[in-house]
Amino acid sequence: MSLALRLRHRFPSVQIDIAFDTPTPGVTVLFGPSGAGKSTVIAAVAGLLRPDTCRVEVDGQVIADTEAGIWLPPERRRIGMVFQDARLFPHMSVATNLRFGARRSAPGPVQFDEVVDLLGIGALLARRPHTLSGGERQRVAIGRALLAQPRLLLMDEPLASLDSARKAEILPYLTRLKTALRLPVIYVTHALDEVAQLADSLVLIEAGRVMGSGSVSEIAARTDLPLAQRDDAGALVLCRIMAHDVARELTRLEGGGAAFWVPLLDAPLQEERRIRIPAREVILAGKPPDAISVHNIVPGTIRRVTAEAARRSMLVEIALPSGVLLSRVTPDAVARLGLSPGAGILALIKSTSIEVLGS
Amino acid sequence: MAARAVSSGLPLAVLTAWVLVRYRFPGRSLLNALVHLPMVLPPVVTGWLLLIIFGVRGPIGVLLYDWFGVRLVFTTAGASLACAAMTFPVMVRAVRLSLETADPAFEQAARTLGAGRLDRLFNVTLPLASPGILVGGIVGYATCLGEFGAVITFAANIPGQTQTLPLAIYTALQVPGGEAKAAELSMVSVTLALVGLLLSEWVGKRINTALGR
Repeated sequence: MSLALRLRHRFPSVQIDIAFDTPTPGVTVLFGPSGAGKSTVIAAVAGLLRPDTCRVEVDGQVIADTEAGIWLPPERRRIGMVFQDARLFPHMSVATNLRFGARRSAPGPVQFDEVVDLLGIGALLARRPHTLSGGERQRVAIGRALLAQPRLLLMDEPLASLDSARKAEILPYLTRLKTALRLPVIYVTHALDEVAQLADSLVLIEAGRVMGSGSVSEIAARTDLPLAQRDDAGALVLCRIMAHDVARELTRLEGGGAAFWVPLLDAPLQEERRIRIPAREVILAGKPPDAISVHNIVPGTIRRVTAEAARRSMLVEIALPSGVLLSRVTPDAVARLGLSPGAGILALIKSTSIEVLGS
Repeated sequence: MAARAVSSGLPLAVLTAWVLVRYRFPGRSLLNALVHLPMVLPPVVTGWLLLIIFGVRGPIGVLLYDWFGVRLVFTTAGASLACAAMTFPVMVRAVRLSLETADPAFEQAARTLGAGRLDRLFNVTLPLASPGILVGGIVGYATCLGEFGAVITFAANIPGQTQTLPLAIYTALQVPGGEAKAAELSMVSVTLALVGLLLSEWVGKRINTALGR
């Protein structure tokens, strides 16, 4: 099942020409600087903006196709939308807001109590929107969109107006929603932490064009794409909790065809976790060192070595059986170890420098 | 009479304001000018125009009389019509102001939740504009009570039927020894105007608090 989109639109200042195809259900994140055309995509899919040409297909259903003359108004699309500024109706209580879309749609799989529970908004139902905090407002807005039984959910920088504390408060709810409701989601952001936490697929957009699209772990590690060129470049690995070693205060995760030890997590076995391994924290070694504090010595094969002239460093892509790691080292290290594509290598990663997300 | 003028004029004023705010069409400026005409014209001229149009031999008046047997000239209904015409610009302006400040973003949100055009108008746009609409109604009501020129021209000055407060005051002043009655009526007028203004202020504030503004 997939979500396929093709859109062309000419603005006075920029020409938008975007196409991608991502698997569903799952979260497709459109990532890029402001003005790149991300919000145009969202507005077009919602039907709030009519581009020159646009075709959207979700799981075989054509939602819009300007060339075939299929263009429904937003109110007839059954596409949920969460705006950056929540847009709760100020003259209604939280409960009435939540039921606004539900009243106007056929019954569906999304249950009122389930959504209220998932988003933790049970205590807010009688309140008025202006008495809510920014994070609470956004949670209610998400609930309102879900209860309209959408076939696709659009989120336009839903966390952009929140400070980092509020953001941290909301992200776990989004992660829960993702697994609880198997709904295709298009999520627009320019914040990397949201990508790391939520994205299944990633579409990089710049100046109205798609720079690259694919699974999040693949795109994050592609050294030819802007994500890996940032100072905080790193690899994302989708893992599962496999063992807790309480005595040593360590937890073992497996993902990407490798195992990773991290400081003990307070979470049940088999639960899914994403880990982020910053490229500058990964040491490369030709043979296993002994008497070393590092817990993770992960074997892999060098896939690509890219020079980063501005930083006087090189970025090494290391292929794991089913994943990728990134390591940022000096040109001297590359020369000394003779690092070149195809060579086997050991990646040394301190357990404390692995960021476990969504916990 | 004033109540009738407001209750019939306000919905039309809301509709007009909505059309003026939301739609761009040829003749929009003309409509806008027509709406505001009674505010700029001398009231007597407005009354005279009404007489021409709605008089028993006027283009609309003759239809009303022939088909429904309704005569507006020199009746209470006629006085209401004259009042409505005079207060219409005031009401349209008040409603329009609040519609213009009502954020179309909420309508967009309503659309993505499946609300059609009328659904949005009645459940989102109008409730959000309700402070302006209420204030428009209250101010319109108070203005009606004070209407003079248009009413006397179109509906004459018949005590108990088409006589507004200023008309009664004027009549009292024409009679020797009527000063006391005029003073009394003037006090009533001042009180009503004050109550009207305070009420509109208070209602506006209450609603805005409820909306969190």
